[in-house]
Amino acid sequence: MQEQATKAALRVRTLRKAYKDIVAVDGIDLEVHAGECFGLLGPNGAGKTTTIEICEGLTEPDSGEVELLGLHWNVDSEALRQRLGIQLQETQLSEKLTVLETLQLFRSFFRQGPGAEEAIQKVQLEEKRDARVGNLSGGQKQRLALACALVGDPDLLFLDEPTTGLDPQARRQLWDLIEEFKLAGRTILLTTHYMEEAERLCDRVAIMDHGKVISQGTPRELIASIGVEHVVEFSTGTTLDLAGIGGIPGVRDVRSENGGVLMQVTELHQAVPALLAELSRQGVPLTELRTHSATLEDVFVHLTGRHLRDE
Amino acid sequence: MSKISEHSLFQLTLMRMREFIREPEALFWALIFPIALAAGLGIAFRNQPAQVLTIAAVTPRLSDALRQEKLLHVMQLPPVIAEQSLRTGKVVLLAEPGPDGSIVYRYDDTNPEGRQARMLADQAIQRASGRQDAVAGNDKIMREPGSRYIDFLIPGLIGMGIMGNAVWGLGFAIVDARRKKLLKRIIATPMPKHYYLLSFLFWRLLLLVVEVGVPLAFGALVFGVPMRGSAIALIAISILGALAFSALGLLVASRVKTIEAISGLANATMVPMWIVSGVFFSSQRFPDLVQPLIKALPLTAVIDALRANMLQGAGFAQMAPQAAVLGAWLAVCFGLALKLFRWR
Repeated sequence: MQEQATKAALRVRTLRKAYKDIVAVDGIDLEVHAGECFGLLGPNGAGKTTTIEICEGLTEPDSGEVELLGLHWNVDSEALRQRLGIQLQETQLSEKLTVLETLQLFRSFFRQGPGAEEAIQKVQLEEKRDARVGNLSGGQKQRLALACALVGDPDLLFLDEPTTGLDPQARRQLWDLIEEFKLAGRTILLTTHYMEEAERLCDRVAIMDHGKVISQGTPRELIASIGVEHVVEFSTGTTLDLAGIGGIPGVRDVRSENGGVLMQVTELHQAVPALLAELSRQGVPLTELRTHSATLEDVFVHLTGRHLRDE
Repeated sequence: MSKISEHSLFQLTLMRMREFIREPEALFWALIFPIALAAGLGIAFRNQPAQVLTIAAVTPRLSDALRQEKLLHVMQLPPVIAEQSLRTGKVVLLAEPGPDGSIVYRYDDTNPEGRQARMLADQAIQRASGRQDAVAGNDKIMREPGSRYIDFLIPGLIGMGIMGNAVWGLGFAIVDARRKKLLKRIIATPMPKHYYLLSFLFWRLLLLVVEVGVPLAFGALVFGVPMRGSAIALIAISILGALAFSALGLLVASRVKTIEAISGLANATMVPMWIVSGVFFSSQRFPDLVQPLIKALPLTAVIDALRANMLQGAGFAQMAPQAAVLGAWLAVCFGLALKLFRWR
């Protein structure tokens, strides 16, 4: 354990998987260090779930190599199953069972780990201990799914879209829980298409699109890599000449979308006055103006020209 | 740690049981419905004592002659009222004197009761007029348990129950779990995969005690349905039947992903057997040409074996052909299901 900092909990090399003529995963390399929370961020259909399910041993890759905790699926699957905690996207647990019964069932599959009661405490479902799964809210069901992933005291935790479909409050509650696991030193691989989730939870992030990893690093590194610190969004009453705005010093990128304009800039205090001056020079009235610090979303937009949640 | 209640198989079987008993509809269709069906059909088709027919006669002489027949209830009525009674169906036949000492029987010849009354009435009149029977006939009445419809029905319903509960029980539960991605979630744990299937088997065998025991007890207590064969042979054939149908259910559910599809597939598998395998009426009614096919069906095998055991006292040796049929279904269905089965 002394070499924990350098030891990879999960190593994926040139992973490839195609379904019929669709290439879901197109030559991916990943390395998740022990004790870190690693995020696969990307829009729906980017290949995140296929990637995580290959790592979970549920999907056979066409080619490439997966090594988890120094073990391989084709030889050590039994040992691996004991050491992994898995939460799948959209699993519906049996609605007729209670929370406690569900966890007793899942606990019985593992040789060691916390008891069902302890797992209930960990995800703060004590009040719902004897409630039927069918009567739980979406957030409670998701917490139960998380508890099912924890009953084997896993060395590596896989969370596939853990907060998709939850309301903001339930999402924040789940984030708090995941942060606690991080503090407890667990290694986590999670997929998400929420950039706030990746920014808040992940030590490192791989951005995926069309089956490929298009960028990888800490959220801070990724944001810094696009060379912009701020994003200015504005709308105008009449059409304007984008070329004039592109010429403003410190503007890295300008694109129009959804009836508005999005500018990536380095120096906010210079770009905004210059923008206002340019608009008044063109005689175009401003109807809306917003600025924010660059996020992973902006990284994705910068890399692909699309938003994470474009349908 | 080694407590049995913490064993995966115990927990999985417990899950089956909980899912079943917490679904009131399942409980109804699996247990209450067959009994209600047996009770209803047993009453509807009970053997009834010979019926007495009500007829009318218009003269005292005719009435006296006709009253010699015990199966006729004779009302002596004035002609007008007698005719009205015939029209409204209060009597099924009207006897009145005809010309030259003959007798006129008025009745509806499309009504079997009318025809029967005509026969009985004429016989009574002829005897009263001095006709002698050429040959004496004596009746010996036999109403023995074992030859009634309910005796035929109970083994049929038990067979149908074993099939229905196994095919539905496995088919529905597996497809539902696959649809909800619960199958995929469960194989993502260290649980040995065969435990999942074994849990169905254990639960099936537990439920078998009820699904065979309850109709048997009901038939025996309420209708006096006999159990002439060895109980061990009956248990053995029931278990073999449950295994064969479980394998069939597993095969049917091996790839299906929606409830609609499994409903259709399960019905397509079972409805033909309900019809041809002799649940409600003897499968001998179908043409000789298809008899070998019918005999090769698992439901026919179970029902024939149960009937032979309960009604004719058949033991293991006599049930061997049916056991062989069930064994073949078990082996083929289970083998195919293992090849075809998808966890996702």
